[in-house]
Amino acid sequence: MNIHEYQAKKLFSEYGISVPDGKVAFSVDEAVDAAKSLDSDVYVVKAQIHAGGRGKAGGVQIAESVDEVRRHADELLGSQLVTHQTGPEGQTVRRLYIESGVDIADELYLSFVVDRAREGVVVMASTEGGVDIEAVADETPEKIHKVLADKRVGLAPYQARKLAFDLGLEGKTAFQAASMIGTLYELFTDKDCSLAEINPLVVTGSGEVIALDGKLNFDDNALFRHEDISDLRDESEEDELELEAKKHGLSYVNLDGNIGCMVNGAGLAMSTMDIIKQYGGEPANFLDVGGGADTDAVAAAFKIITSDPRVQGIFINIFGGIMQCDVIAEGVVNAVDQVGLKVPLVVRLAGTNAKEGRQVLDETDLDIVSADSMADGAEKIIDIVGVNAD
Amino acid sequence: MSILIDEDTRLLVQGITGDTGAFHTKLMLEYGTNVVAGSTPGKGGREVEGVPVFNTVDTAVEETGADVSVVYVPPAFAADAVMESADAGVDLVIAITEGIPVQDMIELKSFLGDRDVDFVGPNCPGVITPGECKIGIMPGSIHEPGNVGIISRSGTLTYEAVDQTTKLGLGQSTCVGIGGDPINGLDYIDCLEMFENDDDTNGVIMIGEIGGTAEQEAAAWIDENMSKPVAGFIAGSTAPPGKQMGHAGAIISGGSGTAEAKQSALREAGITVATSPAKIGDAMVEALD
Repeated sequence: MNIHEYQAKKLFSEYGISVPDGKVAFSVDEAVDAAKSLDSDVYVVKAQIHAGGRGKAGGVQIAESVDEVRRHADELLGSQLVTHQTGPEGQTVRRLYIESGVDIADELYLSFVVDRAREGVVVMASTEGGVDIEAVADETPEKIHKVLADKRVGLAPYQARKLAFDLGLEGKTAFQAASMIGTLYELFTDKDCSLAEINPLVVTGSGEVIALDGKLNFDDNALFRHEDISDLRDESEEDELELEAKKHGLSYVNLDGNIGCMVNGAGLAMSTMDIIKQYGGEPANFLDVGGGADTDAVAAAFKIITSDPRVQGIFINIFGGIMQCDVIAEGVVNAVDQVGLKVPLVVRLAGTNAKEGRQVLDETDLDIVSADSMADGAEKIIDIVGVNAD
Repeated sequence: MSILIDEDTRLLVQGITGDTGAFHTKLMLEYGTNVVAGSTPGKGGREVEGVPVFNTVDTAVEETGADVSVVYVPPAFAADAVMESADAGVDLVIAITEGIPVQDMIELKSFLGDRDVDFVGPNCPGVITPGECKIGIMPGSIHEPGNVGIISRSGTLTYEAVDQTTKLGLGQSTCVGIGGDPINGLDYIDCLEMFENDDDTNGVIMIGEIGGTAEQEAAAWIDENMSKPVAGFIAGSTAPPGKQMGHAGAIISGGSGTAEAKQSALREAGITVATSPAKIGDAMVEALD
């Protein structure tokens, strides 16, 4: 799960990580009031959307007066911000963060990630702050310093100090940075983060270390033990259908094609997309109903697929293991009862209770094309959707 | 022979009184798996499908001589369940549970450290040696005893490969689901090494997917160490970058972990790569030829 910059900074503050003074605003008036309440001559008006690349896209504006804050807030609120991460349609700006300007002497980079190969938390720091870190990693990898936190001890103080000195920091600035790195590690593990990034981490003219930006992602699987974090979810930032799917325990990713897919298992769901494409079709979505889905969840999945107006045909590809084929069949029949079946449907059932599942479908008078293998199903749905398109 | 489990395996089911645990205990017993014990804290003294239930794994192992454990415990308690079994002295723990927090996995892997126990999963279908022992959630009926070893990060895609090799008359020696999570137990290389040393295995199918670099590392290992033919398939060539495709581990980030990069690493190591998920069995036949 992703949260906004202002929410991340509030967490930083609670842990004692220095951030500029700032306030969130949902309207132009609130933005103006926020600016007035800050003890500063220069303000930064920052669009709060979950995608990165806001600065380059014009989502971060400097204002030298409260009037300028008003102007920028008026322009940004409600606008579609298009960054390299939002897709061409962009993301609507619904919240702003109004911050005091900071006297920047140096911009650094700091991040924490879980390294899957080394099975631990890796801290990365670089002198190249404020820019695209992936480009730095490609072009000048020697400028990225890394340490791996010990799985039992955690991040030791000497490791944090090493990073601070690797960044070329000196005196109290170095110790401040080291302490911030240690604190961020605490936050990272306390809250089950999957990513923490401060880019840029700035050193001010007076040698203070401040988090000028903040990004935190959380492990969805651990949200059950962090109600405070779950509460920060901003549903308006998420794809409507993907959100609806999540509520039913389904994993769904919306794609651009016209063949809706319902599959059990992530690997098979990806392969189903792959094979549809191989036979010349275009998948409309990735949808894994998972192992523990009941008929209600299956019905929800079916409704999600059919609510996508681009879908011209549906391919259900189930290889039952933990998932029983008759549960899928009953869910589909329930959903069709409620929302009808307006597009052709190809169903392939194999594995646990496949026979019972086919029986459930046979007993209805629905027009369902049955397939005996994944390849057969992919071919059949593409044949039909092709014919329909003529 | 086979790897990891066989007809002599004595199985303990953790979470046996839950719906999933009870359902699959029944199916495993029907398949012929020797399920000797179950455990659920606070429910000791009961029976599920005639299998005695214990409060602790320690007691279960002591009373029944269980040597392999399978975990059907909910995500919040699953890492603890694996630790309990590892500490009770079983040889192998297989975690089926999906959705274990990454930090629990980091702690678990550190706990397992140099303990003398193999760990498979989590978020996997389990392990099966056809005709002898089925541990997990895979449908037993599609398997056939034979000579192909299968290693996979995906559950249902493994069933595809199994189905195809059964229909082609190859059958399987052992199938291992290593799981779809970013941090897991036995990896491709561990299993490849076991299959290389298993007399009953003539060839190996490895099924991978987008995300991480485990497949590339396995390819390098195969190139150096493997004498038996290997066929491979990588799922997710059409997955968009930056999106998590169901499995927590299946995400393409920063250009690494793509299906294409993995396929070419496999090819360079001399592995026969199936271009379609419907042709995994055919790729194995070709590699064995």
